[in-house]
Amino acid sequence: MITATALDPHAATTDAGGLAQAANQPPVSELAGGANEFASGLTTLSASTPNLVQSVDWLAIAPPTIAAVVALAVLVADLFVPDTHKRLLGIGAIGGLLLALLALVPLSDGDRQTFCLTTAPETCSYSADHFTLAIQLLVLGGALLTALLSLNDTRRDLPAGEFWFLLLASAAGAALLPASRDLATLVVALEVASLPAFALVGLKRGDRRSSEAALKFFLSSVTATAVTLLGVSFVYGTTGTLHLTEIATRLGEVSGQLDTLAKTGVALTLIGFAFKTAAVPFHFWVPDTYVGAPLPIAAYLSVVGKAVGFSGLILVTVIAFPGYADVWGPAIAVLAALTMTAGNVAALRQSQTRAWSAVRLLAWSSVGQAGYILVPIAAAAYSSDDQIGATVAYALMYAAVNLGAFAVAALVARTHPMNRISDYRGLYATRPLAALAMGFFLLCLAGLPPGIIGLFAKVTVFSSAVDAGLGWLAVVMAVNVVIALYYYLQWTAILFRAPEGAPEQTTDGGGVAVLRAPSAITVAIALTATVAVALSGYPQLVLRFAATSLF
Amino acid sequence: MIDISESVMQFLLAFIIVVPLLGAGAALLPAPPGLRGTGPDQAVLRHGVTVTGAILVAAIILVIGFDHDQPSRMQATTDISWIAALDVRIHLGVDGISLPLLVLTALLTFLCALYSYFKMPSGPSPKAFVALLLVLESGTLATFAVLDLLLFFLAFEMVLIPMYFLIARWGGGERQAAAWKFILYTLLGSVVMLLGLLLIGLKSGTFDMVALATDNGRGLTASTQLIAVLAIGIGLAVKTPMWPLHSWLPDAHTAAPTVGSVLLAGVLLKMGTYGFVRIVLPIAPDGMRTFAPYLAAFAVVGIIYGSLACLALAKQGAGGDLKRLIAYSSVGHMGFVLLGIATMTPTGVNGALFANIAHGLITGLLFFLVGALKDRYGTADLDTLAGAAGAALYGRAPRLGGLLAFAAVASLGLPGLAGFWGEMLALFGAFNPAEGLNRPLFLTFMAIGGFGTLLTAAYLLIVVRRVCMGAIHQQQETEPAPFADVQRYEFATWSPLVALTVLAGLWPAVLLGLTDPAVQKLLAGGKS
Repeated sequence: MITATALDPHAATTDAGGLAQAANQPPVSELAGGANEFASGLTTLSASTPNLVQSVDWLAIAPPTIAAVVALAVLVADLFVPDTHKRLLGIGAIGGLLLALLALVPLSDGDRQTFCLTTAPETCSYSADHFTLAIQLLVLGGALLTALLSLNDTRRDLPAGEFWFLLLASAAGAALLPASRDLATLVVALEVASLPAFALVGLKRGDRRSSEAALKFFLSSVTATAVTLLGVSFVYGTTGTLHLTEIATRLGEVSGQLDTLAKTGVALTLIGFAFKTAAVPFHFWVPDTYVGAPLPIAAYLSVVGKAVGFSGLILVTVIAFPGYADVWGPAIAVLAALTMTAGNVAALRQSQTRAWSAVRLLAWSSVGQAGYILVPIAAAAYSSDDQIGATVAYALMYAAVNLGAFAVAALVARTHPMNRISDYRGLYATRPLAALAMGFFLLCLAGLPPGIIGLFAKVTVFSSAVDAGLGWLAVVMAVNVVIALYYYLQWTAILFRAPEGAPEQTTDGGGVAVLRAPSAITVAIALTATVAVALSGYPQLVLRFAATSLF
Repeated sequence: MIDISESVMQFLLAFIIVVPLLGAGAALLPAPPGLRGTGPDQAVLRHGVTVTGAILVAAIILVIGFDHDQPSRMQATTDISWIAALDVRIHLGVDGISLPLLVLTALLTFLCALYSYFKMPSGPSPKAFVALLLVLESGTLATFAVLDLLLFFLAFEMVLIPMYFLIARWGGGERQAAAWKFILYTLLGSVVMLLGLLLIGLKSGTFDMVALATDNGRGLTASTQLIAVLAIGIGLAVKTPMWPLHSWLPDAHTAAPTVGSVLLAGVLLKMGTYGFVRIVLPIAPDGMRTFAPYLAAFAVVGIIYGSLACLALAKQGAGGDLKRLIAYSSVGHMGFVLLGIATMTPTGVNGALFANIAHGLITGLLFFLVGALKDRYGTADLDTLAGAAGAALYGRAPRLGGLLAFAAVASLGLPGLAGFWGEMLALFGAFNPAEGLNRPLFLTFMAIGGFGTLLTAAYLLIVVRRVCMGAIHQQQETEPAPFADVQRYEFATWSPLVALTVLAGLWPAVLLGLTDPAVQKLLAGGKS
């Protein structure tokens, strides 16, 4: 073979061309059955005659599709299910999310693409690579835990049908977003993820704070989206394409007179995604929105909402605008430093006895955590090594433990509706397991042993910064880690203090009547705690993303 | 000494790190039937004694099985991949440098568990106390046994949370503030250290300490070494503690319960100096050469500052707390250790390692004794304790007084006791520092350090005079009449420390024979 190549270069090129063509055929999998064969038949057709119908690999798009279909099914079913059986809707939604998660399993090779241009089969709008799969796992898993936490609320305060529809629709959008590889799909996915979220925040009927939070969230978010759209239109105008990979090549060839327009377009596009990650200065909506929203929705926003933001940011920066790394690199680095500092300092200033201080603290700390998540993206601008994996690994860790913390907060909110941090005092005496889990989650967020996964996730982020030569950012982050430790540890310490009024020396079996924890919340806490403990024992499970190229 | 197969040694080393963690988990569970004892508190305290005892036995077997003819070779090594993404390996091993520290840790923790069994510090339930003590033990043992930079960092951080809670829950007055000061200082230092460790790991492509030490800094550029030494040095210096980063230590010691103080001074401080010897010296020697004079300067300032602070506290009417005084004396003693390291000579580093162990034994004993005094008098305040004439401990409790005098004299470095050799060797190293270091400068440091020993002697003798001597006032009615002398359990916990102090003083070759070959190899890197 080698000698033949050496002798006959022409034969070698045809050979390679044939291989490439073969690779573009979607692999016919036994699982996909008829749909897939049909799709591959279409591609074969399109290879011979130019065809405008794009092939669809249904298996590849299954995760967001299942979520969307179940969302519609739940909405329709809501009309026919009697009030006494509304619980079934929630179970259906949870089942749908589980199914969507299962649909990720056959994709684990991470080599599928679909909605490809018939003229240029390399350029696709949907890609199920490892990055997509990791973020989809995060988003769908986050939505599943949110659903578990909401199962009780929907029986009493929230309208069940609408709630489940909105949650699943938003999750579908969020799952579509990391897979999209053109700007139009990206913006549509962003809006599908965001619009239901506004409604979810304002869903507490007759609650003024809830509507106010929704309005705040809506107005600031819509402004950001408008700015993004303007940026997208500028980029489209200068490059003439919406596909991210095409933009990357064509931005390099922009003629001089359009250069300013292209740069403005890049900057404006980034702003919208920066808003979603709640980066400074687009973070002011966070605390009020989290406090006003139903607690599970605050959890959802803090995890899934952020995942939407930073995965979009990664896609546009690393895939679409790599040529402008000298513009967005420093900008994101500064943004990361400001975000973590503002978030942590504000979290530090939370008074323990203020109403809803627990949720407020989690909200501000999530702003701080968003700063850490941005660090590897900034590092990607400075270094040829792939740094994005560090962001993904950190985000997966953060998702598990932050949802866990919100789950415990939801449990405490049942007995202490004001959810002050001081309400957590003596939790160990009443609910020892929940207190231990909460302590573990908080220490993971702080990044101190025994929260080993939190520590190593931070180490990966640090190492990406050091690797990229961003020493100053690493030092800023180091200071922030110490600030964050103060409030996380303070909260942890409160968990194990003796309860108010009781003497320091507690005796076992004090006879305090403990409200039975609802099983859905218990399952959520157990699930997140198991994940966090398993990750701490074997961090390679998520950190392997940091070592490989995800795209 | 005795030939124990390598796999058993491997098992023992892993055993002493993992079992305390398992024991900590078990301590939180209710006691199984048959092990309930007289009550849940007694059962869990006994559990602590059993586990730490088992660890001590394992550590002693490790010493017996250690090949004393080749102390410079890493023994009982385990090397398993843990986090492939970050290239973190579970790489364990002991050599002549880490072995004494492992045994010291196991011994002190066991003695602390034993002491608490009879005299539990006042505070919440002993369950959590025992669990935290065991986590602390695991973390310190791991620090001395791991051979991977990131794992070292993990172990270094692991002790923070348990120590925080030990101080904040079972401590004395001002304990919250002191615990916060302790954890924030150390954490700020250690995240900076992490940056330095990452820099080394990323630039040289490995986190393996043995490979890096063999490389002896050849794979790292001079500027990388400089930044790395600065970052790692700050982290370790906070822990050691080096003047002017020491100010957390007196507060932490004053507030901590007796057991916490013993472990803090005896073991935790050693993690800092061990890091200097194990990481900074062999891995980035060029960077260290640049910073060595500064380190030595801070070290001698620490010696003088610690002694002067102690003198001020020991003065009549100063209201000095004995625990605080011993904490400041630790700053001085650790100054000698740092001076020895900064000379970068085998003599100096051996002296530093010796002084490390000696300080662990002697200061551990001193904190036990002061804790006992505080229990008896209800205060550790020197003025309340001694009044104008002296506390007359010799008269009231002759054995306790004698032990206190013994520990003080050992601490001031009387020849024939453990405290002498380390400080002597450190000063001797400064007399002839490594090539490339400014000799006149180090001679000055030596002279100042020598003056520091005089000041140390002065304040310790003042303390002995004020606490131990004096006449018993017969006329005082409020006197707590039956003043207990050394109890049997106190005797049991203290006598090993006394015996080892004498042994190390009379026969320093026991320790130096272990450390010297390993130090020679570390300083020479791959060349030998």
